[in-house]
Amino acid sequence: MNELVLIVVLTLVAAAGTAVVMTNAPERQAVTFAYFGITLTLLFLALQAPDVALSQLAVGTAFIPLMVMLAIRKIRRGRS
Amino acid sequence: MTRGARHLLFAFGGTLVAVLFVWGVLGMPQFGSTDHPYRDRSVHAAAQHETPNVVAAVNFDQRGFDTLGEESIFFASVIGAAALLRPTKEEREQQKSGGGGVGDVMASTRFAGYVLLPLTLLVGFDVVAHGHVTPGGGFQGGVVLATGFHVIYVAGRYDALEKVRPVTLFENGEVLGALAFAGLGFAGIAISGSFLSNVIPFGSFGSFLSAGTVEVLNFAVGVEVACGVIVLLAHFFEQAIKLRDGSRAES
Repeated sequence: MNELVLIVVLTLVAAAGTAVVMTNAPERQAVTFAYFGITLTLLFLALQAPDVALSQLAVGTAFIPLMVMLAIRKIRRGRS
Repeated sequence: MTRGARHLLFAFGGTLVAVLFVWGVLGMPQFGSTDHPYRDRSVHAAAQHETPNVVAAVNFDQRGFDTLGEESIFFASVIGAAALLRPTKEEREQQKSGGGGVGDVMASTRFAGYVLLPLTLLVGFDVVAHGHVTPGGGFQGGVVLATGFHVIYVAGRYDALEKVRPVTLFENGEVLGALAFAGLGFAGIAISGSFLSNVIPFGSFGSFLSAGTVEVLNFAVGVEVACGVIVLLAHFFEQAIKLRDGSRAES
């Protein structure tokens, strides 16, 4: 049972990670990266590390995508 | 140093790290096995200090000095990013004409923002305050608190976000949190002779006032991380939004 959960979650992580790599536009990548963060959170939860899962959820799905979006916005504005 | 010498130095160091890494991994317990000597010792040590969250006990009690190092890295990187993102002289002059009003946001998004703001802040406080008994702690709760504030921005009110976020206040808060951590370390020296030793009474297992310094250090880290992340994002926001009108006028 435990192994089944791990296999499912690891597959989700691999799929989401591939999606991040396959996304070309950086502003879309920030969104797929947030989804990747959620799958990582599930993995840490399945591995019984709720503290790490909380860190991952807060940093990977909210903080980093927001910073990436703001940086892209600044760069786009500088170009136009 | 010439290119060849550098490569030679890297080859030497790299091989050494690779050998030690493989050696270390081979010596690790099997994945999913029940034999964990380090876990047994740290769980025992955490229970002796009345700390149900063993991860918090490792971070703030058994390995408090490591965490002080991590906090210093965080502190230094916020300062470094703030220094890099500070507006140039030209940008500062343009900034006077800047300023964001109410964004073009759907009413439902704005409503969700106002509902989520108090909820997120409450969850953040809870995660910080109960870091010694349940999963979470100063770092996780601090990030939740800081990003929670920015729900106001998602709701389309950058001007409102600026009002509840006086940057100098949060800069001081970050310093205060870092100082409190180090100060508690020195209090340990003064009282029991060793840095960051757990000198506060442990209380009873699982209650809110327990685990001695673990809870207080969690609060210090919570204040530092929440303020630090807010300061960091404030500089990003300033570059991305406030300086917008200036660069537009320029082009």
